[in-house]
Amino acid sequence: MTVETGHFALIVALILAVMQSTVPLWAAARGNRELMNLARHTAWGQLICVTLAFCVLMYAFASSDFSVTVVAMNSHSAKPFLYKLAASWGHHEGSLLLWILILSLFGACVATFCRGMPDPLRARVLAVQGMIGVGFMLFTLLTSNPFDRLIDAPLDGNGLNPLLQDPGLVFHPPLLYFGYVGMSTAFSFAVAALIEGRVTPDWARWARTWVLIAWAGLTMGISLGSWWAYYELGWGGFWFWDPVENASFMPWLMATALLHCISVVAKRDAFKSWTLLLAILGFSMSLLGTFIVRSGLLTSVHAFATDPERGVFILVLLGITVGGALLLFAIRAPTMEGGGGFEPVSREGALLINNLLLATATATVLIGTLYPLVLEAVTGEKVSVGPPFFNATFVPLMMPMLAVMALAPLLSWRKASALAAFKQLWVAGIAAAGVLLLSVWISGAGVAGIIGMTVAAWLAAATAYSWVRRWWGKGALRRLISLPMEVHGMSIAHFAAAIVVAGITATSVWQSEAVKLMKAGDSVDLAGYTWRLDRVYDAVGPNYQAVRGEMTVTRTDDGSQVSILYPERRFYPVAQQNTTEAAIHTTGLADLYVVLGEGEQTGGWAMRLYHNPLVPWLWFGAAFMALGGLVSAAGRIRVRRTRTANTAAEAVA
Amino acid sequence: MKPKTRRLYVVVLALLALGTAAVLVLNAFEDNLVFFYSPSDLVAKNVPAGQAIRIGGLVEEASLVKDGLDSRFKITDGVRTVAVAFSGSLPDLFREGQGIVTFGRLDAGGTFQAEEVLAKHDENYMPPEVADALKAAGKWKPDDQ
Repeated sequence: MTVETGHFALIVALILAVMQSTVPLWAAARGNRELMNLARHTAWGQLICVTLAFCVLMYAFASSDFSVTVVAMNSHSAKPFLYKLAASWGHHEGSLLLWILILSLFGACVATFCRGMPDPLRARVLAVQGMIGVGFMLFTLLTSNPFDRLIDAPLDGNGLNPLLQDPGLVFHPPLLYFGYVGMSTAFSFAVAALIEGRVTPDWARWARTWVLIAWAGLTMGISLGSWWAYYELGWGGFWFWDPVENASFMPWLMATALLHCISVVAKRDAFKSWTLLLAILGFSMSLLGTFIVRSGLLTSVHAFATDPERGVFILVLLGITVGGALLLFAIRAPTMEGGGGFEPVSREGALLINNLLLATATATVLIGTLYPLVLEAVTGEKVSVGPPFFNATFVPLMMPMLAVMALAPLLSWRKASALAAFKQLWVAGIAAAGVLLLSVWISGAGVAGIIGMTVAAWLAAATAYSWVRRWWGKGALRRLISLPMEVHGMSIAHFAAAIVVAGITATSVWQSEAVKLMKAGDSVDLAGYTWRLDRVYDAVGPNYQAVRGEMTVTRTDDGSQVSILYPERRFYPVAQQNTTEAAIHTTGLADLYVVLGEGEQTGGWAMRLYHNPLVPWLWFGAAFMALGGLVSAAGRIRVRRTRTANTAAEAVA
Repeated sequence: MKPKTRRLYVVVLALLALGTAAVLVLNAFEDNLVFFYSPSDLVAKNVPAGQAIRIGGLVEEASLVKDGLDSRFKITDGVRTVAVAFSGSLPDLFREGQGIVTFGRLDAGGTFQAEEVLAKHDENYMPPEVADALKAAGKWKPDDQ
């Protein structure tokens, strides 16, 4: 009975969304205040209904109600309780409902917060949000209903894919969806601005918070997914340029470009067309990603259940959304006022380079991801485009951008002197040269590795210098506190980016690996450590049986113990599936990573040992980057007021 | 700087960036595209030895021979079979009768020297390429999973 309540609640939410998409738009054009404010009420109504629907779904999973199809397909009574709950979004239908839930949450936030936002703009933003909601709710109700009943309810379910029973995977989708939905909100703001026919610095101020939240969400979601892949899949790698990974990475690149642009609109009233276009394209990338993941077009560990009908629906949704928005852009953008001018060498110039490089990089990732699809559709040939392609195209584009990132905070708006900026960075230059020499001395890095480490050092030192310079001297503490939040946010995020690049480069070029057949008592020397396999024994978990190894790692030179690692191979009887649980010890500067392979007592086990230098910096760096974004979001940006009377009048309203 | 000059400057920069990207992409394509073949394709299309390719099919029953870290097995699409040699630990989902995709090169003797064996999916999932290869050979049995 309760399950049908959830279904009904979703339908009510759909009706509210339809109302929200139509009435406020008409009302904004007419200036009808009451009907414009209807949008706020429908937004709240949607949130309540979808929350109810989601709670119903979670309850069905928590109580192991196998009369509901998705519960029967994705859960099992023996599963640990946390994973029963998390299974609510661990499959296609449920994850869509989560998407819709976060969408309505953001809608309600836009309706409630954003003080000082003029009613017509708010009404239009909520209307576009509503349209997106209609699209997704229709998709869910028509093709992917989580509340479908299974007529002959089985006694127990199929269980969740053991790979997904993991704390990392519990948080990965929600964080990622915060990112995707944030991009949809940015999209709504952009389309609303196009409908209104103008982009003002005040608009940028309100939209900016959403872009920063979306960006932080995507950063956390992607890095959590990458970290999960690292410790779960057992290959010591953290990024495979998998189509689904790319599907989340492309919106992130667009969001990065967008968040820089939107600050410029707020402060300098420039880059308006760029901002609108990036918001539209960023959300398009999100939708494209949704299509790739859920249509079964591509082979991937991520791919949800395949269904061409769903693929066609999403493609249509994508076409309407992107086509409509771009058409609106083509019609309206030329009529918008241009913004403030600037010289080539200036903060704006640097940001322009940043945008171009990010956009081009996104395009290359898109080509690499779609090329196999297109080629197969046209010629029937099957190809795969893997890491070598992306490393050869993406990395060379990012290096110059990182180098310019170091310089940009020191350039002034409108017109700057590059020479003056460089002169200030002589300390950073020395740091970079030092790291360059160190990388060459350590050897084995190759040109790409040396460049990567040098650029990372350059960026880190320059960012630290730019930040300290702003408050150092007499009255430092007072100045530090009174600096705008966005300065701190930017410094944190840029510094963290340098850390991430250092982590990625170091672990890519200086990773050590050993694949050996080891019997109990054997030991292997790798990367200055001695790894000794003490014993291998059987163990039992809540819903699995395991073979567990005990491996002691000591430093080769002085024999001091570093850690005891317990890698496992698990067998899940319900899913009839094996997984390997790698054992990882992190020293902060490197990871010691052990995987237990197949084998038995007499012949030994196939052990894989890895030493991954600086890989922890990747994850910590990514977390710090997201933190930087949130710190910036918390700040109030100082808006450069334009001299139009309209803005003043509406700001009062 | 006049807006027109600035716009020209932006356009030139954009073309430069796109041009660089195009060069990088085309270059990368030349070296890094990896084609997929089924065992029948390998014979039909005369793939030269030493070229990095992917092949896929079902692991032939009773063909797996393990010797410490080295393993040898056969991949089949129901019509033709290819012998594969691999050194390293096989993925968890590797099983006889299961669909897999492997990356490596054919050696002069006709054995496929595998560098990677890919089976990153659950046991009910058949890689689309393998399914297509089986369909092409007329040996597709959907309920056989």
